[in-house]
Amino acid sequence: MTEYIRPRSIEEAVAARAAHPDYMVLAGATDLMVDAKHKRVPAGIVDLWRVPGLFAIRDTDHGIAIGAGATWLEVQRHAKIFAHWTPLAAAAREIGALQIQARATVGGNVGTSSPVGDSLPALLALDAELELASVRGTRRVPYREFCTGYRKTALAADELIVAAHLPRPSAHAKLAWRKVGTRRAQSISKVMGAAAIELHDGVVVTARIALGAVADRPIRVTAAEAAVRGCTPRDAAEAARAAVRAAIAPIDDIRSTSVYRRQVAENLVARFFSDLT
Amino acid sequence: MDRLPVGTSLPRVDGVAKVTGRARYLDDLDAPGAWHGATVRSNVPHGVLEGFELDPAFDWSQVVIATAADVPGRNVIALIEDDQPALVAIGSPVMHHDEALALVAAPTRALAFEAKRAIKPKIRPLPAIFTVEDSLAKKELLYGTDNVFKQFLIRKGHDDDAAFEAALAKAAHVLDHTYYTSPQEQMYIEPQAMMAEWQDGRCYIVGSMQCPYYVHKAMKALLGCDGDGVVITQSVTGGGFGGKEEYPSMLAAHVAVLAAKAKRAVKMTYDRDEDIAATTKRHPAWTRHRLAVDAAGEILAIDVDCVMDGGAYLTLSPVVLSRGVLHAAGPYRCPVVRVRGRVVATNHPPHGAFRGFGAPQTTFPYERQIQKLANLRNEDALAIRKRLALRSGDTTSTGQLLGFSVGTDEVLGAIERTAGPRRSSTDRKKRGRGLAFYFHGAGFTGSGEQKLAGKCTVAALPDGRFEVRSSSTDIGQGALTIFTQIAAQGLGVDPERICVIEPKTSLVPDSGPTVASRTCMVVGGLVEKCSQELREHLAANDGVLEVTKQYVPPPGISFDDATYTGAAYPVYGWAACLVDVAVDVDTYEVEIERCVHAVDVGKAINPSIVKGQIEGGTLQALGWALLENVLYKDGKVANANMTNCIVATFADSPELETITIEVPYPFGPSGAKGVGEIPMDGPAAAVANAVENALGVPFDALPISPESIQRAWRPS
Amino acid sequence: MKLELTVNGEARTAEVSPWKRLLDVLREDLRLTGTKEGCGEGECGACTVILDGEVANSCLIAAGQCHGRRVTTVEGLANGDMLHAVQDALVRCGGAQCGICTPGIAVCAAHVVDHKLLEGPDPRTKVRELLAGNICRCTGYQLIVDAVIEAAQR
Repeated sequence: MTEYIRPRSIEEAVAARAAHPDYMVLAGATDLMVDAKHKRVPAGIVDLWRVPGLFAIRDTDHGIAIGAGATWLEVQRHAKIFAHWTPLAAAAREIGALQIQARATVGGNVGTSSPVGDSLPALLALDAELELASVRGTRRVPYREFCTGYRKTALAADELIVAAHLPRPSAHAKLAWRKVGTRRAQSISKVMGAAAIELHDGVVVTARIALGAVADRPIRVTAAEAAVRGCTPRDAAEAARAAVRAAIAPIDDIRSTSVYRRQVAENLVARFFSDLT
Repeated sequence: MDRLPVGTSLPRVDGVAKVTGRARYLDDLDAPGAWHGATVRSNVPHGVLEGFELDPAFDWSQVVIATAADVPGRNVIALIEDDQPALVAIGSPVMHHDEALALVAAPTRALAFEAKRAIKPKIRPLPAIFTVEDSLAKKELLYGTDNVFKQFLIRKGHDDDAAFEAALAKAAHVLDHTYYTSPQEQMYIEPQAMMAEWQDGRCYIVGSMQCPYYVHKAMKALLGCDGDGVVITQSVTGGGFGGKEEYPSMLAAHVAVLAAKAKRAVKMTYDRDEDIAATTKRHPAWTRHRLAVDAAGEILAIDVDCVMDGGAYLTLSPVVLSRGVLHAAGPYRCPVVRVRGRVVATNHPPHGAFRGFGAPQTTFPYERQIQKLANLRNEDALAIRKRLALRSGDTTSTGQLLGFSVGTDEVLGAIERTAGPRRSSTDRKKRGRGLAFYFHGAGFTGSGEQKLAGKCTVAALPDGRFEVRSSSTDIGQGALTIFTQIAAQGLGVDPERICVIEPKTSLVPDSGPTVASRTCMVVGGLVEKCSQELREHLAANDGVLEVTKQYVPPPGISFDDATYTGAAYPVYGWAACLVDVAVDVDTYEVEIERCVHAVDVGKAINPSIVKGQIEGGTLQALGWALLENVLYKDGKVANANMTNCIVATFADSPELETITIEVPYPFGPSGAKGVGEIPMDGPAAAVANAVENALGVPFDALPISPESIQRAWRPS
Repeated sequence: MKLELTVNGEARTAEVSPWKRLLDVLREDLRLTGTKEGCGEGECGACTVILDGEVANSCLIAAGQCHGRRVTTVEGLANGDMLHAVQDALVRCGGAQCGICTPGIAVCAAHVVDHKLLEGPDPRTKVRELLAGNICRCTGYQLIVDAVIEAAQR
């Protein structure tokens, strides 16, 4: 019979993880329990739902810390996230539907780091940093270094995600985000884009441009980020478009085509810049 | 009774049960001691079954296995032909992926599925064919001598092909295009479910179904018994749309055989992915449509050549094709018509009934063609349809003279009045408007209703209530409620005194199947007649407490099955749909900003129920146009789950505007004719017309996906 | 495990695996069959319940996670014979046809109405967004939106 562990703190949680590396760690479980009737019954469950210390959203010196156990409903309703980290709030509203948003967590989306994870391009564009914990201590990893392959992350076998730290964007930052799904709700992403752009004196100073569903993991399009530096928004749109087109090699799959994904990805990114005029 | 019930939106009689969760569907029923069944299915699309390998690590004493050898009667699902087995016998051909090969029953569902996974079928593969081209070329012979399950040829106004081409040659212009409509999954939210139990040598089957007597007929053959040997009961059914017209007979066969072998009740419910993978879908269709007009834009000739993929077995393909060809020339005046239809065998799982039943597949081409004609002539979309439409006094493609209840001007007029101004395009959204006009024959084709000879009984009970007994099933469309209203009106009593009993074959006569937009018009008509006659008997106090009536066709309706000429249907529903779209220039997604649907139903027995039917069918059609698809890979459904076989959510649906029109049909109850299917037929063409209007590029294949738009159109 | 939870205000127990889906605990162990299974993957919403005050798909919740928690199912919406405003509106507006999605819709809509989530401009669009996790194949959604708006206005 499956064992069930409900840690009462982060300390207990990492201890359980270390003691039972084969147990399924879950919180919202909206991905892990899909088709549960036909999945292999796990030897044990470590339930991180509402573990104290794991789900708060709190201000930090440099920005905000979103507990890994915070749900997407909590994220989208958080006034500060909505105001200053708008792409993440926007992504939260387009994850599944209300029933999913009420259970699915930041940690779940990040821990899986599927190439179509809805929050991931926003986390990249917002330059998120993950706080990871284990019995060996805690460490920080920039999210842009976290994905190492298709559904592979830098999370060690005994580690848990504790929080996502987001630096406060500069006052001049323009933030953008768009998901193109298979339908208007309850949809898997076909293409996703997120951007954080800083203009000064009418030209682009820096940009972080992220795309989802066009590679084996969410990506920063560094070639496009380089190409737009010093450009007016109009020129940046064209430069970014060309750079995105050259940089990505999306696939055909059951939901969409390589040709469509590439075209729409460049359209979205170009639009992020042309919207600044 | 202060207000006559017919024509009022009486709340559904089963409404409270449904909103409280008290309505019990098959999987909710108490079944103490029942075992659960699971199905071993083929993992190749074509081959010969050589045997089964049972994993020796599994404890087989815990379960019961059934194969074709356990079928007591004939191993067929009796329908139109008897070509489809309930279970493939060893040595016999496997004709499609996910075909049922063996069954297993166990005390728990989990164990049944575990056992199923431990049975490996051994199949010697054969080459498989998946395209209608390969089927017509006889790359593999799957059926008969030419792979053609059925074909039809309709001729109007000419005797042979030479004469037809001569008529075509007179045209000033011939619009010649081919169209493709996709397969579509019914996606009833309650998956297929059935339970069987044997008692004293008689088999009792209860489950989710549309047609208890179809199941009854099939079980007589399968079990080798007479009509008394098997009792079929419909349980509260969570949606059908045609997907539970013929398939339940297969599932009934499976639980019946398992229950006999296990010597206890056996229940089988499908998981969603199994349901999508193994059960029937709408037939995909390829249609070449030639529309020949003179210089003044009058239609001189119409030529339709339609080929449908029937999948691996015949099932209902001949009837789907029949309805398709009978609607193929559309509701337009045309002196010379040739319609050729063929439905052919492939190694896809069999395609089957889905709302519209062939008419959506042939409506899409003809409404695209009319729109192309309008575009060519720079003629307004509404004006051209008004100009060319059939009205009373005109003849259809089968030479049927249209008489009563032709709602052409009413539905087109309703659209004209509500159309309003169009919204303009912006640099981000290209906007367009599209229209479609179409008709749908109510009831079974030709002499079908006479052959069915549907019956119904209304009886007075000692306690002052009345019982309506028919085999019509409420599958969501409100049959229980409208029969209640019709009976109450006919008897002159309060609807609370009417009880429409559950369709159980030992208690109700065969009223015919719950399909073909016939339930209200044909069976409701019988309910009306029974009620009215019973009222007279009660008033006369002559001791008659029960009246049974059989269907009698209206006068003057005759159809020649051999030549496909005459009155194909006693009456038609008429409809027009207006759609406004906005295409996103960055993502190529189509948003439906407005959808107006005007439908002539003869008489709305219950206006709210009619509105719900129209809206439900409309959204299924909009979904078919833009969002839905069934994708096959090597003969297997590749998107067999709800995540990837998508339907519209609340957020995908526009505010639907519905205009219910009543042009009464004298031979329907209170003037009613059919409504269930017509809303499915036309909106897809209206969407395609709207997208073409927005982008200036034609879209002649479904679905009109963002990917297909991106391929065909460049923002300038 | 000996699962202890509150269902529709009543303390209930069941001896189940912690991995068993809440949906199955409700339907099989507690014989509350109002909550339905339509897909098993969290797509259709027919299994919607309210768990600790938020809507959730019970096919995606493990029994262990419910220990000590509060669940409301469709059976808990009505107050004896008095239907919840949403249930009453669904009946009167014709928002239920085959009814299999209706319990899930009733639960989600009751939650939305009770928590006044429709306040503000364009409530019909809000209904569509908030109920987008409940699939109906019969109605085309129109009459359900009418019903939820009407219930919210009461």
